[in-house]
Amino acid sequence: MPPSPRVGRRSLIRGLVAAGAATLLGPTPAAAQQRPILTRPIPSSGEALPVVGLGSWITFNVGNDKAARDSCAEVMRHFFNGGGRLIDSSPMYASSQEVIGYGLDKLGKPAALFSADKVWLPYGSRGRYQIEQSRRHWNVPRFDLMQVHNLLAWEDHLPTLFAMKSAGQLRYVGITTSEGRRHHEIEQIMRSQPIDFVQVTYNVLDRQVEERILPLARDRGIGVIVNRPFREGALIKKALRHPLPNWAADIDCANWAQIILKFIVSHPAVTCAIPATTSVAHVRENMGAAYGRLPDEAMRRRMIVHVEAL
Amino acid sequence: MSEWWTYSLSDFLLFSPRTYYRLFELYNADIWPIQILTVMLGGAILALIRWNGVWQGRAVAAILAMCWIWIAWAFHAERYATINWAATYIAMLFVAEGLALLVVGAIRSPLRLRPGGSVVNRGGLCLFVFALLLQPAIGPLVGRTWMQAEIFGVAPDPTAVATLGVALMADRVVRNIMVVPLVWCVVSGATLWTMEAPDAFVMPVAALLGIGLLIWKAWTLRRSRRAAGIAPV
Repeated sequence: MPPSPRVGRRSLIRGLVAAGAATLLGPTPAAAQQRPILTRPIPSSGEALPVVGLGSWITFNVGNDKAARDSCAEVMRHFFNGGGRLIDSSPMYASSQEVIGYGLDKLGKPAALFSADKVWLPYGSRGRYQIEQSRRHWNVPRFDLMQVHNLLAWEDHLPTLFAMKSAGQLRYVGITTSEGRRHHEIEQIMRSQPIDFVQVTYNVLDRQVEERILPLARDRGIGVIVNRPFREGALIKKALRHPLPNWAADIDCANWAQIILKFIVSHPAVTCAIPATTSVAHVRENMGAAYGRLPDEAMRRRMIVHVEAL
Repeated sequence: MSEWWTYSLSDFLLFSPRTYYRLFELYNADIWPIQILTVMLGGAILALIRWNGVWQGRAVAAILAMCWIWIAWAFHAERYATINWAATYIAMLFVAEGLALLVVGAIRSPLRLRPGGSVVNRGGLCLFVFALLLQPAIGPLVGRTWMQAEIFGVAPDPTAVATLGVALMADRVVRNIMVVPLVWCVVSGATLWTMEAPDAFVMPVAALLGIGLLIWKAWTLRRSRRAAGIAPV
């Protein structure tokens, strides 16, 4: 176990001031009622999307456990109450799609929902069938966004998705990858295909996409969804061992989750980050990152230095 | 899968530890009191091993086969598959093991089991007793609840270890009924290791013991055949 960080009186006071100021400045769901949520336009349409979404990898895969499904529905309730819209899933995530469908039914099908799912098959012929199965799990009339999961058989699936988009069976088309894989291929697709979204891993420590993918997304007018913002929890676990930096209040952050998320969504190419959680407290913290001031370039550099030194 | 070297075990873990152990909790509640029956069946296997009668091997193999097929259906296909799509394929493996036990151990050439007489037989007996009596207590000992206990005959881990124990007590080398239990030891060990479970070492250690004792047994049987002037099979 790592040693506990030593908190001096000065840093404690700074931390308290930062936390107090951040609370007063409002990145909380209560304050969400008064303050506008931060949004980014989807480049291909101009439709505004809140900068914080909700992922479902691992967290929503709870099988038929009724109590756990109800907990997930509560997470979704607080997500929508906090102004969130985009929920992302995949057939690969086992029961996650069904659990999202359960939550949406329980919440009375929130109109704000922006449904994002994936097609995940090694061949294209069954793509439409899988998308239809996913739609039934979610119990939605159609998906807003359908992505090719981890570029699996993208040559087969993208024509299907474009045809479905033309027919009005979905609204946006995208591709995904994670943890820096197949970026060269991602770039090629971004250059050659009329996709609306690309989903990649990006956070204060994993910044590989800053070099080529994010600038290319801006040039080509492609929206960017960011997965694994907390490195599957490892980054936040590490950060929580340290006191909140005194500059947190300058960007309206009351906790580490908001600092990490605000770093991501402050990149001008990023449309939305999709942290996943099973905790209502955590989804409230996450949604707080969609309010208040965002870091400027100087602050972003400061954040990198600070987090890398943790 | 391109760039396969960039994947780690955690990339294949689809669920949280909480969800995994809740699965056992709900499963145990759903099937109660079948656990009492399977523990009694485990006790019956112990008695049969000591009995050394004509039907000993057939009965033991049939009991184990029933347990494997039950777990394939009730645990893997009905429950585990809801959080892990690969469990459908695992269920097929478990059915295959059940059928192998029936064909190899009960129908074609019944097993003759000996609990003592050699280190390998005694090792097999120890593995069986461990799976039946001690393994269910490991979860609660490392902080999980008794409702999440994994019990012989209804949970895959102790059933796999018990089957390895029985196979080692056989009077011949029965590799074909050890393959699936060994594969499961690796799969389960990898799952628990990825979840950072404190008892993740149990199944790999059981597998290593099983393999070590199997090799020893094959070697000693070959040596004794040679000494008796019988050609090795």
